[in-house]
Amino acid sequence: MNSPIRRISAGCLLLCIALLINATYVQAFWADDLNARSENRRVLLDEYSRERGPILLADDTPVAQSVPVDDEYQFLRQYPGEAVYAPLTGYYSYTFGRTALERAQNDILSGDDDRLFVRRLIDLVTGEEPRGGAVRLTIDPAAQQAAWDGLTGEGFKGAVVAIDVQTGAILAMVSTPSYDPNPMASHSFEEQQATRDALAADPDKPDLNRAIAQRLPPGSVFKLVTAAAALESGEFEPDTEVPGPADYDLPQSTRPLPNQSGEACLDGTPTLTEALRISCNTAFAYLGNELGDDALREQAERFGFGTQPLTNDDMNAATSVFPPDPDEPQTALSAIGQFDVQATPLQMAMVSAAIANDGVLMEPYLVREVSGPDLVSPIERTEPEERTRAVSPETAEELTQMMVDVVENGTGENAQIDGIQVAGKTGTAQSSPERPPYAWFTSFAPADEPSVAVAVVIEDAPDTARDDIGGGRLAAPIARAVMQAVLGS
Amino acid sequence: MSFDRARSRSEAPAVEAAAPRRGRGTELVLLVFAIGIATFAYVSVDLGALGRVPPNALAYLGGLSVATAIAHVVIRIRAPYADPVILPIVVTLCGLGLAMIHRLDIADGTTRATTQLTWMAVGVALFVAVLIVVRDHRMLSRLPYLAGLGGLLLLVLPLLPVIGHSIRGARIWINVGPMTFQPGEAAKIILIIAFAAYLVQTRDALALAGRRFLGVDLPRARDLGPILLVWIAALGILVVQNDLGPSVLLFGIFVLMIYVATERISWIILGLLLILAGGFAANAVVSHVAERVDFWMDPFIDPTGQVAQSLYGLAYGGLLGTGLGQGRPDLTPIAESDFIGSALGEELGLTGLIAIILLYALLASRGLRAGLLLRDPFGKLLAAGLAAGFFLQVFIVLGGVTRLIPLTGLTTPFLSLGGSSLVMNWVLVALLIRLSDAARRPTPPSSSSPASQAETAVTQVVRIR
Repeated sequence: MNSPIRRISAGCLLLCIALLINATYVQAFWADDLNARSENRRVLLDEYSRERGPILLADDTPVAQSVPVDDEYQFLRQYPGEAVYAPLTGYYSYTFGRTALERAQNDILSGDDDRLFVRRLIDLVTGEEPRGGAVRLTIDPAAQQAAWDGLTGEGFKGAVVAIDVQTGAILAMVSTPSYDPNPMASHSFEEQQATRDALAADPDKPDLNRAIAQRLPPGSVFKLVTAAAALESGEFEPDTEVPGPADYDLPQSTRPLPNQSGEACLDGTPTLTEALRISCNTAFAYLGNELGDDALREQAERFGFGTQPLTNDDMNAATSVFPPDPDEPQTALSAIGQFDVQATPLQMAMVSAAIANDGVLMEPYLVREVSGPDLVSPIERTEPEERTRAVSPETAEELTQMMVDVVENGTGENAQIDGIQVAGKTGTAQSSPERPPYAWFTSFAPADEPSVAVAVVIEDAPDTARDDIGGGRLAAPIARAVMQAVLGS
Repeated sequence: MSFDRARSRSEAPAVEAAAPRRGRGTELVLLVFAIGIATFAYVSVDLGALGRVPPNALAYLGGLSVATAIAHVVIRIRAPYADPVILPIVVTLCGLGLAMIHRLDIADGTTRATTQLTWMAVGVALFVAVLIVVRDHRMLSRLPYLAGLGGLLLLVLPLLPVIGHSIRGARIWINVGPMTFQPGEAAKIILIIAFAAYLVQTRDALALAGRRFLGVDLPRARDLGPILLVWIAALGILVVQNDLGPSVLLFGIFVLMIYVATERISWIILGLLLILAGGFAANAVVSHVAERVDFWMDPFIDPTGQVAQSLYGLAYGGLLGTGLGQGRPDLTPIAESDFIGSALGEELGLTGLIAIILLYALLASRGLRAGLLLRDPFGKLLAAGLAAGFFLQVFIVLGGVTRLIPLTGLTTPFLSLGGSSLVMNWVLVALLIRLSDAARRPTPPSSSSPASQAETAVTQVVRIR
């Protein structure tokens, strides 16, 4: 009986070797793939049990922070800024992943970033619990709050972006309606699920960052781009007279383009300045055809159209567009910001900012610096960066004067600030006859030494009659409040 | 006999009459290590999970030492020549199991480790009882049919209406008062004894060649009765009790033992064919067999995520493990029982899991070695059956949780939570100790009776043929 026992021993040895090889395969070779699987809760829990770094405003107020709690996740992510800052922070959900800055800056916040490697090494040696790094934003809380109050005060659906014109730093970014991200970071799955379902079911899309992720027809605020193209062409000066009849006969079309008022602009031949002051559609449609779509597109692109902004911050911003190949009537419509011209509020703020900054467009950015867990040692600070020269300094100066005229004598009167000269442009954009127009306003101040540029869009004003919706009436006061908040601080 | 000559050559300096090495001192030293590892694991769980030394660490050390000391002393008295490695391995495995159950207690807020410790005490008591009652393993061979009947009776107990009880779909439990038992664990050992006794009596007939087919001597058709009976019994367990593990294990052990008894490879081939046939039949009849195979092919489609979680745990542990108390084994379903191997693999890493597999392999090899050294066929069969069956069980359960083979419900010996399994494995080890004692005990000069010589002679004839 010994030889079968020996063979069985050999068989057991084979089984043993199979177990050992298989265990080695799973734990040493397959492990990385297993750890990378999205439904692997262990890796998530590991990440969650680490103290995630805070997201701070320019004045170090936290808008996202991790506080220790007594459950299996050890830390609860909190958003003290709630809905006001939700478009920026996004949420950090156990089940539904991360959005906005929580996603874009995850490596720093979680402490996995290579730039934190030395820190992790030190923590390993000293036995300290590893922590995530901090992200400091460029957001000015006063400007952000002013924009929020302006939009929510009347129940508007819309967005506001404010930019420091000299650096490109974004000072405010508000989108309404918004949502409270705190329940998304809850440790209760049911609460997360319910919040997520409610967000998905809401027709107003509160989790959409309208300031950067939604493109709308800019309407008359786009006339700034057309005016810039006209001035840059060298064939027009601010006092050049252009035809501004009651109806502009669109080329190749029997349908005329009328002015909003139904009347001719002033005497029918306004100067460029006057045309911008009263937002004369027929004059700018004429300019569009005179300049051609290539000149308009090139000018638009020098203001940032056609290039995705905020890629450094990885914020998934939408790219604003000027139509690629419009025919003549479409070019005329594009020149007044209709047809297929689409822009985000951020893009329109960039137009104002470039004009304000002597014609130089600064690269917009949201993250001022990232620092180690101690919040003191900066790892990387964003340096302001020139993106393009949008217009010449002369054109910038002329446009500034024209925009000041708009606020002092024209459609932008509601943006006036006592003692400070404001430059701005209104817009009221039709997208379709079924829905109310979009009310736009973009401006900067002070006009002589600009520091802040703002763009405001109001998509829906529930309590306002359709005929009363207009950029000057609804959007300009909000832009004024934001500019005051920045200048006052 | 050739073995004795071989042994006396290897232990050349020792004079036959002088006391040969019993290994009790070695055992004591190894036991100190085993208790050290167990206590260290227990303390390390609390340090890892709660950041403090458990307040009852000394009591734990004391309790474990007392239980181990009793087992050791009884071995010294009743089985002085027993293999010195067996008991230390068992104590180490029990200690690791207790530490992991305690670790899961911390995560789940339960106190199952205390229960398990109590069962370990019961196990040691039965271990002692077996060593005292069973003075010679040959006395177990006296009533093969009664033992077989008893084993089968234990197997069907859970099917009885009042006391039968199912947990997680497997009807393998009985209620006795407030407690539940798995009589299958006891049935396994009793059936191995019955198989060994039965095969010793019938092996000559079973070894007779029938038809020759493809170069293999097939057994005679009329000798197929027993294997078919066990096959049907195994299928019955599978279908009626809805439990895949025990039926595969039971049938596997029986096939191995027939092979050892007859030395005919044809029985193994026949056994494998029957397993395949049974597998296909079960696949059609019992839904969860097909399901297990599907979940083996792709563990991530399993809604309960058992194997997936087990794999995640193992991957999370990696080479060196998270450290006791610092992983998340509580995320793996049934981590305290079927999946305790992966829980240990998570916190002790590949290193720890390999050590555990090697401990099992060493234990099985000690049993098989006793089988080689023993002189009587019943002892040889019993030792081979117990040791190979033990390792087969380890392979089925550890292979299942590491996705080497489809998952089948079996406990991990000595590690898993559960009284019946723990207690019966202590009994199994008591038998191995008894067998290894008999195997290593020096032959008293001219002790063999004429009867046993005749028996041996018959064996010799068959073996030569």
